[in-house]
Amino acid sequence: MTSPTWNNPIVKWIEYRLPVFSFTQEHLIDYPTPKNLNYWWNFGSLAGIVLTIMIVTGIVLAMHYTPHVDYAFESVERIMRDVNYGWLIRYVHMNGGSMFFAVVYIHIFRGLYYGSYKAPREMLWIIGIIILLTMMATAFLGYVLPWGQMSFWAATVITNMFSAFPLIGEPIVTWLWGGFSVDNPTLNRFFSLHYLLPFVIFGLVFLHLWALHVHHSNNPLGIDTKGPQDILPFHPYYTIKDLFGLGVFMLVFMGFVFFAPNFFVEPDNYIKANPMQTPTHIVPEWYLTPFYAILRAITFDIWFIPAKLIGVIAMFGSVLILVLVPWLDTSKVRSARYRPIYKQVYWFFVIDCIVLGWVGFNSPDAMFMGAVSFLRIGQVATAYYFLHLLVVLPVLGKVERPRSPPDSISAAVTKESNAVTEAA
Amino acid sequence: MTDAPTVAAGAPHEGETRRDFLLIATSVVGAVGTALAVWPLIDQMNPAADVLALSSTEVDLSPIEVGQSITVVWRGKPVFIRRRTAKEIARAKTDDASDLPDPQADSERVQKPEWLIVVGVCTHLGCIPLGQRATEPRGDFGGWFCPCHGSHYDTSGRIRKGPAPENLAVPEYVFVTDTKIKIG
Repeated sequence: MTSPTWNNPIVKWIEYRLPVFSFTQEHLIDYPTPKNLNYWWNFGSLAGIVLTIMIVTGIVLAMHYTPHVDYAFESVERIMRDVNYGWLIRYVHMNGGSMFFAVVYIHIFRGLYYGSYKAPREMLWIIGIIILLTMMATAFLGYVLPWGQMSFWAATVITNMFSAFPLIGEPIVTWLWGGFSVDNPTLNRFFSLHYLLPFVIFGLVFLHLWALHVHHSNNPLGIDTKGPQDILPFHPYYTIKDLFGLGVFMLVFMGFVFFAPNFFVEPDNYIKANPMQTPTHIVPEWYLTPFYAILRAITFDIWFIPAKLIGVIAMFGSVLILVLVPWLDTSKVRSARYRPIYKQVYWFFVIDCIVLGWVGFNSPDAMFMGAVSFLRIGQVATAYYFLHLLVVLPVLGKVERPRSPPDSISAAVTKESNAVTEAA
Repeated sequence: MTDAPTVAAGAPHEGETRRDFLLIATSVVGAVGTALAVWPLIDQMNPAADVLALSSTEVDLSPIEVGQSITVVWRGKPVFIRRRTAKEIARAKTDDASDLPDPQADSERVQKPEWLIVVGVCTHLGCIPLGQRATEPRGDFGGWFCPCHGSHYDTSGRIRKGPAPENLAVPEYVFVTDTKIKIG
């Protein structure tokens, strides 16, 4: 694809000094994209759009929010009642958090199914996991800002996790708090960092896209593009497809904003923070419950290591281990379409993650159907989570006999159409 | 410049040169300087002077009846003060011999057996255990029960069951008079 030349003298003057026009042409218009991407490939651009929505609404909310223990809760209520369209902006930001995680989780599971993390896209995957971790930190910090009961106790429980580390644990917690409990200094710094991190994510997304544009998108067949017959220019083919996906996504997002704005929140967060009273039932937001379930699943000491520390390590480890997936999966074939066994254990893993999320919502002592405690279910699900990544993935790559993928993306299509013609 | 340089610039030379030395010395000074400059940016997050200044609390114990508990605030955290009944003291002492996850005798945890003073923060993940009011659950051992993850504490504030690793912390305190304590 040849870069067009521009005749406008101003464009030419700028282009000679800073080639933004040819850059845009190369990366947003001509950018070669496999022609067989399905709708699961819409979620990356959706995540980018939600990030933008979160930054815009967040900057606006910061114009009205007061990060002080005496005023934070009231300032949020003022946003809801008095600020023009404050209710709308806050509900978009609040539900936007859930939407962001929903979209990103689908994006990650898409990558896991089609083997998008395999060579040469390992860096792309690793940057993605770092983005996920940064998102989790940002979401947690933001959740504390309204200074409701759930905000306060989430801050207390999460920061206390660091006390599990021997010797350095207590000083770290005091340092995080800026005092001897979660208090005004904590709220102030959480606000500062909650404002900072989205821009860090923005920078990471830039690196993520940079890595993507080096080796281009994977595709449902998991094979490399072989030539011009396998690709389409990004614009207009995928700009229009992404826009259509955005429309569908917005129906869901705005459905929550306008018809069930408090669907994802705990009612206790509309009670102002009280450092002297813990709510009877503490749960994180849905997108963190799987990790919360892993944290609580460890109730036993291993040798000299206390259960609390193992729980914290298991929880952080459950995310960090994803960085190693490109090497844990030993199969040469990318797409699960050509991996008959992986295709099935993949769904086990998806169900396992959903079970962990559901366990995280429930009290560990509670019984499911009166037969088995949620703690026990959580332990089994945690065991499978690590078993899948550490044992099933490496072993399966060695023992599974994959079907052979087609020679090229266009060959797959012509073969199908030939088959249709023959059948007719 | 009368001294001739020992090594001519650009001359091939085996092993270390003055240039290597200068490079290493500059890097080390630069690294130490950076560390010194970064430290204030890290330490600013530690408790400030005014926060540290608020770190002791005085409590008048005279209105507390036998069997009653009160909660006072110290360093932004609740401190449980329980005036234990003779029965509770006896139970705490007999429990010294039980299987304790964090072994400690009751006598090490109190200055006067009647007054149990502990930080009311669960040693698991920082929730506030229930049991200060007679109507609240006190767990299987008559002390406190943490609703977050189900830790049970006994009448000496020791962990007996559940995920918490340690006993409820005993803060530093002194009896200023017989009916007045200073915590911190």
